[in-house]
Amino acid sequence: MTEDTAVRPIVAMTGITIRFPGVLALDGVDFSLRPGEVHALMGENGAGKSTLIKALTGVYSIDGGSIEVDGEPRSFSTTADAQAAGISTVYQEVNLLPNLSVGENVMLGHEPRRAGRIDWRGVHAEAAEHLSNLGVTIDTRSLLSSHSIALQQLVAISRAMVTDSKVLVLDEPTSSLDRSEVEQLFGVVRDLRDRGVAIIFVSHFLDQVYEISDRITVLRNGKLVGTSAAADLPRGELVSQMLGRVVDEFENISRAADRQVDRTGTPVVSATGLGRRGVLEPADLDVFDGEVVGIAGLLGSGRTELVRLLYGADHADSGRVAVRGSTVRVATPRHAIEHRIAFSSEDRRAEGIIGDLTVAENIVLGIQARRGWLRKVGGSEKETIVSEYMAALGVRPADPSMLVKNLSGGNQQKVLLARWLATAPQLIILDEPTRGIDVGAKADIQRKVTELAADGLAVVFISSELEEVVRLAQRIVVMRDRRKIGELDAHDSSVDDVVAAIAAEAREAVA
Amino acid sequence: MTKIFKHRLVLPIAALVALILVNTISRPSFVSITVRDGQLYGSVIDILRNSAPLMLVALGMTIVIATRGIDLSVGALMAVSGAVALTIIDGSGSPDSPATLGIAIAAGVTVTLIFGAWNGFLVSVLGIQPIIATLVLMLAGRGIALLITGGFITTVTSTPYKFMSQGYLLGLPFAFYVSVVAIVLVALIQRRTALGVLTESVGINPEASRLAGVRSRGIVWGAYAVSGLLAGFAGILYSSNIMAADANAAGQYIELDAILAVVLGGTSLMGGKFSIAGTVIGVFTIQTLKSTITFLGVPPAVSPLFMAMVVVIVVLVQSQRVRNGASKLWATVSSRKEAEVAR
Repeated sequence: MTEDTAVRPIVAMTGITIRFPGVLALDGVDFSLRPGEVHALMGENGAGKSTLIKALTGVYSIDGGSIEVDGEPRSFSTTADAQAAGISTVYQEVNLLPNLSVGENVMLGHEPRRAGRIDWRGVHAEAAEHLSNLGVTIDTRSLLSSHSIALQQLVAISRAMVTDSKVLVLDEPTSSLDRSEVEQLFGVVRDLRDRGVAIIFVSHFLDQVYEISDRITVLRNGKLVGTSAAADLPRGELVSQMLGRVVDEFENISRAADRQVDRTGTPVVSATGLGRRGVLEPADLDVFDGEVVGIAGLLGSGRTELVRLLYGADHADSGRVAVRGSTVRVATPRHAIEHRIAFSSEDRRAEGIIGDLTVAENIVLGIQARRGWLRKVGGSEKETIVSEYMAALGVRPADPSMLVKNLSGGNQQKVLLARWLATAPQLIILDEPTRGIDVGAKADIQRKVTELAADGLAVVFISSELEEVVRLAQRIVVMRDRRKIGELDAHDSSVDDVVAAIAAEAREAVA
Repeated sequence: MTKIFKHRLVLPIAALVALILVNTISRPSFVSITVRDGQLYGSVIDILRNSAPLMLVALGMTIVIATRGIDLSVGALMAVSGAVALTIIDGSGSPDSPATLGIAIAAGVTVTLIFGAWNGFLVSVLGIQPIIATLVLMLAGRGIALLITGGFITTVTSTPYKFMSQGYLLGLPFAFYVSVVAIVLVALIQRRTALGVLTESVGINPEASRLAGVRSRGIVWGAYAVSGLLAGFAGILYSSNIMAADANAAGQYIELDAILAVVLGGTSLMGGKFSIAGTVIGVFTIQTLKSTITFLGVPPAVSPLFMAMVVVIVVLVQSQRVRNGASKLWATVSSRKEAEVAR
């Protein structure tokens, strides 16, 4: 790396390591931030972006490495420590108090006092001044919740300026803003940068990253990939840095793309114009018996949104779904399950496992829910199902009475797979089934997917790892910016082709 | 052996046993049971009899709490069912006939079942926070009861009605059998069917349960309906004990005792895993505590304070954080001892 070391960094993080039970969330990451720059932090889910930010802002304490702020070594054990050192964060979901006034929010904790009591006139005067520094003129006595998210974000930023922050972390600030609001926010960001504030910018929108950033740091799987000047980093290179080229530990899983799938008949599930305003532009998707359809795209590209609409986890406001040729209503997950569609969410802990129930109870939950509460899956029937699927998927430890929350991520994923396979689905949707799990479990799950498809099951497979998508799928749907932008035949596509498709400039796709 | 100590009912049982020991030491006659006319009498028998209304209410509360909810309306619903039943008996020409009795009880519990279903509708369909949703009937319920009795405390004389809380069957109080039947029914329905595990699933992780296809709306709705039904039966027992429908005193603060019994029994207010056996022990603990207060001669004015202190101690002992802290402290102490021994 040929970095200009003349400017002393305001923040220098060296060899940062953070361990969570069973996972190395950050592994010796270096990160430096200069005054007066906008520094984008990029990476897929689980790459370690938010962990790094939380280390810097004192939410997590670090297990290894050092943090220097303005040349002084620091150790933050609370967020208050970090704020005292001049580091402020504006989160994606604005963390302000909606039921207080704008002025109270800006000045919270720093209210001017007179004779021990809060000087309310002073509060609003100072708040108005801080806001006008950012070019915002609103009534500071109005209720915060009466303003748009964009304005609330500016209020959050001016709140950070009250404490004279030298470092401002913007965590996905633009995800719910429209184009003109983004312009306004970027105007403020540029202005702060010119005043010497260092800004960390986290976003999934590549266009915005290139528009505003001076430098870009990429993380992947808890490790630093590299830091480059934005101008020196081509888009395609950034995408492949984020998605990675995993050394192929999976040679023994034969490339499935070469298997022929019969696409002459009726698809198992066929979605036409499926969409939801502000979430996904209408998209089509057909899946045939015995076929693995991969969905490739960055986080926020609409890949998860598409399958959630297909499963009825979210309501679609356009389009229709047909199962084996006949149009059906899929407004809730139960409808999908009745048509034997299964869905394993990308968020294993929050939307997959029932942590305090046992492995066995988690496995039979799918069947039980389908049968209703009166006919309990119990006794020998339960034992047979559980032991059959635990063995088939290799769940370790092989103890059905263990609480599922005590299993490793990979084994939790196997339990979820077992839950759905036990319901004998005709289509299974797997959203990031291999994220954050160890290599062995990953290979097991990939092998299982290949076997199931060979036995005739239709599979939709989403993964941030393109290698995996290219290896397992026969057909690849490419998505970007909440749109389906095309389909590739995996037979004659390589990872590079997929990267090129994802990274293509927006205007090319429109043209 | 360590497995026995780690069982989650160990602490609740230990608390109950300790309480019984304190009572027995301070007054040995506490555990003595006398037989008169083939019927058993004594403090323990009184506890079994008097705990019946709380038992019914606490069983319903257990299910509601397992769904991450709470039902504050149970006390008021007790007043409603008592008012409905006694008004019917009062207006009937034959207050002693089994038919009148049957109609009165059925009407009383049907009304509270409907009110319970209303609570469930507010929570599961409209998504109102349980504490607010059930607060509505907690406040309105007693007003409705007063409306039914015309603003009076309706008193009646009906031998069979009186029998339910004061009569004996095969040597034991009839009310105790009501408790047992309720416990067995609830335990069977929850554990012999899949209802129990589905309820826990919804309580532990509502979103994951929804995506797995569990009908969480119906499960939550049903929990409040059952709680209303059981509160109705509790109200019948209470009014049968005093043979009056007192809209203000019936089931007063019983929602708090019930929540307490559930928590003492080891079911978390965060929802999820629940224990019927734990709740049963919790109810007996509270009822024993109440009789302890009476015969230790604690003045009625300070008895709530005494009760509160005991509760604080029991809850502290059950708190995971306190236990972790205590075991850490114990580890340091014992490692120091070991170090001394090594020297």
